[in-house]
Amino acid sequence: MAEEVKLFRNWSSPFALRIVWALKLKGIEYETILEDLQNKSSLLLQYNPVHKKVPVLLHNGKPILESLVILEYIEETWKQHPLLPEDPFEKATARFWARFNDEELLPSIRDASTKQGKEQEEAIVQVEENLKYVEEKLKGNVFFGGETIGYLDLAFGWLANLVSVLEEVTGLSLTASGKFPLLSAWMQNFSDAPVIKECWPPRDKLIIKYQAMIEKYTAVAAPK
Amino acid sequence: MSTTEVKVLGSTGSPFVMRAVIALNIKSVDYELLEQNLVVKSELLLKSNPIYKKIPVLIHADKPICESLVIVQYIDEVWTCGPSILPSDPYDRAIARFWAAYLDDKWFPSVRVIVLTAEGDEVKKETLQQVATGLELLEDAFPKCNKDGNFFGGERIGYLDIALGCFLPCLRVIEKVHNLKLLDEAKTPNLCKWAESFCSDAAVKDVIPETDKLIEFAKVLIAKIKARPSN
Repeated sequence: MAEEVKLFRNWSSPFALRIVWALKLKGIEYETILEDLQNKSSLLLQYNPVHKKVPVLLHNGKPILESLVILEYIEETWKQHPLLPEDPFEKATARFWARFNDEELLPSIRDASTKQGKEQEEAIVQVEENLKYVEEKLKGNVFFGGETIGYLDLAFGWLANLVSVLEEVTGLSLTASGKFPLLSAWMQNFSDAPVIKECWPPRDKLIIKYQAMIEKYTAVAAPK
Repeated sequence: MSTTEVKVLGSTGSPFVMRAVIALNIKSVDYELLEQNLVVKSELLLKSNPIYKKIPVLIHADKPICESLVIVQYIDEVWTCGPSILPSDPYDRAIARFWAAYLDDKWFPSVRVIVLTAEGDEVKKETLQQVATGLELLEDAFPKCNKDGNFFGGERIGYLDIALGCFLPCLRVIEKVHNLKLLDEAKTPNLCKWAESFCSDAAVKDVIPETDKLIEFAKVLIAKIKARPSN
């Protein structure tokens, strides 16, 4: 049976990018269905009724949802170019850190970028603490996956693209300060990898998008 | 079979600790449960889980593994001679993982709010609706997962059974304290039947905390939260 692989995504979602990278690293052919998140297709809503979000991977008509779940599905279905370590402890460690990214690091950077006053200061402190953990994790490795890009690099990958965009839009210095040399080096190495580079959303479009997003948050939070 | 020491840093009231313990029971792994003081945290806990400082932590061969669902998957992957916890088919695994993530990320926060609402205090309609919606979704998901067995995992308890089942004691607390019906023969017949099977399973029955004990535990937490100075 011919494999049918489709990916519902939009032009910029960092979560969807994880899946694009994984499919490309494994050399899997797929069709992209680009969604306008302001006007979601009925197919997307049918395949992801609970969250109504991208990415959705459709494999032979069956939908798989949630980017980290999709990554594990891809890993288990297509065995070439493994993304996760074989050792159960190393695997557990990678899964732990991927969740840390989604539940702690990403929200803290979002808060630092969108909040004001004291809340922003607290968020910035939290970001530094979180980045210190990530810096420590990189010791002795070029990539989180070791010598080559793996699952955890894909999970953290959004940093390599979006941190500098957010720094430009907000004027904050998250990693630009040079405080996290290993992380900064990783961001460069990750971005330079051909499979990764060719998928970056256009920077100028990202600047506009995040500028608008931050202005919206700032307007909502404006003192009465 | 590994004879290396297995420890669980935990506490008998915690649904997340229950997940780890049930998984170990499924695999017939001997372990030592080290009850943790969650107010004055032990050095071992702080060293084993420096980022979150939370339970459960599984310590196997002196290596700590944190986060309950990560722990359950680790147990499944290490002790391969016991029954499998995750389904074997990648798509079924993805479905189980999806729902487990949904429970933790979207559903449990609402459950927690109600568990920590004192008797007599108002339970917000929206919060209750969120809990009910989650149960409806899992009710619908059950026949798609169970393949004619009694469990989400089929004939035996699996990953999603563990992920959801650990919250049954919390649901019972809510039902008793607030005089509500969450699992209902009319609205959630699949889940009602499933809950009975789950709680009587050999891997589960000795680790389910008694509802009254959990109610007392919740009262202590509620009192602590109320005693906190408000900003």
